[in-house]
Amino acid sequence: MAHQERLNQGEYLLWTGLGITSFVGFWYLFVLLGVVPKQFLPPPHEVALKFIHLLNEPFSGYTLLAHIASSFQRFLYGFLLAVVIGVPLGLLMALSKYANQLITPFFESIRFVAPIAWVPFAALWFGTGIGGPVLVIFMGAFPPVLINTYRGAIHVDKKYLEAARMLGAGKFRLMTEVLFPAAIPSIIAGLRISAGLGWQSLVGAELIVASSGVGYMMVKGQASIQTDIVMSGMIAIGLIGLLIDVLLRQAEKFAVHYKEI
Amino acid sequence: MADIVFNSVQRSFKQGGKEFLAVGGIDLTVKDQEFVAIVGPSGCGKTTCLRMVAGLEMPSKGRILVGGKEVKGPGPDRAVVFQQFALFPWKTVQQNIEFGLNSMGLPGHEKQEKVSRLISLMGLEGYEEAYPHQLSGGMQQRVAIARAYVLEPEVLLMDEPFGALDAQTRVVMQEELVRLARKNPKTVLFITHAVEEAVYLADRVVVMSRRPGLIREVIDIKPIREQEGWDTHSRIEDVMDLSSFVQLRSQIWKLLREQNLGVDH
Repeated sequence: MAHQERLNQGEYLLWTGLGITSFVGFWYLFVLLGVVPKQFLPPPHEVALKFIHLLNEPFSGYTLLAHIASSFQRFLYGFLLAVVIGVPLGLLMALSKYANQLITPFFESIRFVAPIAWVPFAALWFGTGIGGPVLVIFMGAFPPVLINTYRGAIHVDKKYLEAARMLGAGKFRLMTEVLFPAAIPSIIAGLRISAGLGWQSLVGAELIVASSGVGYMMVKGQASIQTDIVMSGMIAIGLIGLLIDVLLRQAEKFAVHYKEI
Repeated sequence: MADIVFNSVQRSFKQGGKEFLAVGGIDLTVKDQEFVAIVGPSGCGKTTCLRMVAGLEMPSKGRILVGGKEVKGPGPDRAVVFQQFALFPWKTVQQNIEFGLNSMGLPGHEKQEKVSRLISLMGLEGYEEAYPHQLSGGMQQRVAIARAYVLEPEVLLMDEPFGALDAQTRVVMQEELVRLARKNPKTVLFITHAVEEAVYLADRVVVMSRRPGLIREVIDIKPIREQEGWDTHSRIEDVMDLSSFVQLRSQIWKLLREQNLGVDH
């Protein structure tokens, strides 16, 4: 938001606090007015208590932290798989117009299939343990990684490529030492989108194909009409998503320590 | 032996469906270890000529030979110093200079020796771990020159290398390049639009005409430079005051002015 000035610390705290307070306020208002039966919309403090309770008491076989750990592990596998395949493939597409044309039609059609639509196949091919959910996460996380790597690398200033070629660099060094470092800001922007989509897809996958994890916990909660458990799961998902994004932003600061000249 | 031979070289571009001739038929030989500067109005195709010697572009007609072999692409016998330096911003000074050496499979200590020699030759000591954006324009261009020189190429191609520098830095770099070129003679093709720079640096100056780029005239500087003892002056402003220098400069200026006014057409 380049057109906006930054808030000072006081303003930052004031408006953040105001936002959260009004959210919780409206929540209470809805409960008190009885818009939705209390059974279906528990008040905030009950959800908070349930959340803390779930940290210690297992539900559907595991505590909340164990569910989160199980989800996070699947997320990490699917996400890393997307990075390990998506980044080199994106660089290759930027380097070679043939590779680009080979991959683009296939990729352009497949990326419109929602990750969740892979659930039936995921379950049939890889089961409900770790393989199935990982495939679904991969399908969510892969397109942004590939697209952003490709876009970052295709927009690299030609002068760097020409300089590297004059200095005797072959295709491999052009990819690893020019395209890749030059595309890092764009790649990390892609990773942030892809982590978001991957994490969202994961919960979707766990609603259907899993025997542990936050999504699984939420389905079980819903089945026994324990809405406070469902909402605790939602809060956990939000918090972990936020944490992942913060980590990736730190990674960006660490990776881009130079300035364009 | 690394001479550069332009053999009836033409280069045309397509623009908006129409084909236009950027370089209209160049015949020129740059002798081994000769320093030739090409001057000409902007858009005369001088940079295209250099890029074709580098192997970054191909002639549409004719051939370019370096050391008797036809140029088919970039090669380790030729190094380029670009106007925009093109240093890798994500690499340190040290890493930028050794980039070309890494393709050659040298043992580590030999590589380090070569890099250190260039770092001290270009006055970059203490900046080995700096990133390009932390350096001034003049320092950046020193790194770019070091990066090209470290490969010990037989041919050095310089595309307006001092064009982006401020006036004072430019003078210092010109003096240093003269010192470097006289000490380590190489075949140099130097593109510039600054007449003084061309006369001061080059053995011969090639004046090109505007579209299509053709050689208008070739002026021999070296015999006059040696006869008049320019090299005994270490400072560029002392050389520029000599009547022999002034005369050559105005001769070239006149040729360029005719191009711009279209008197010749």
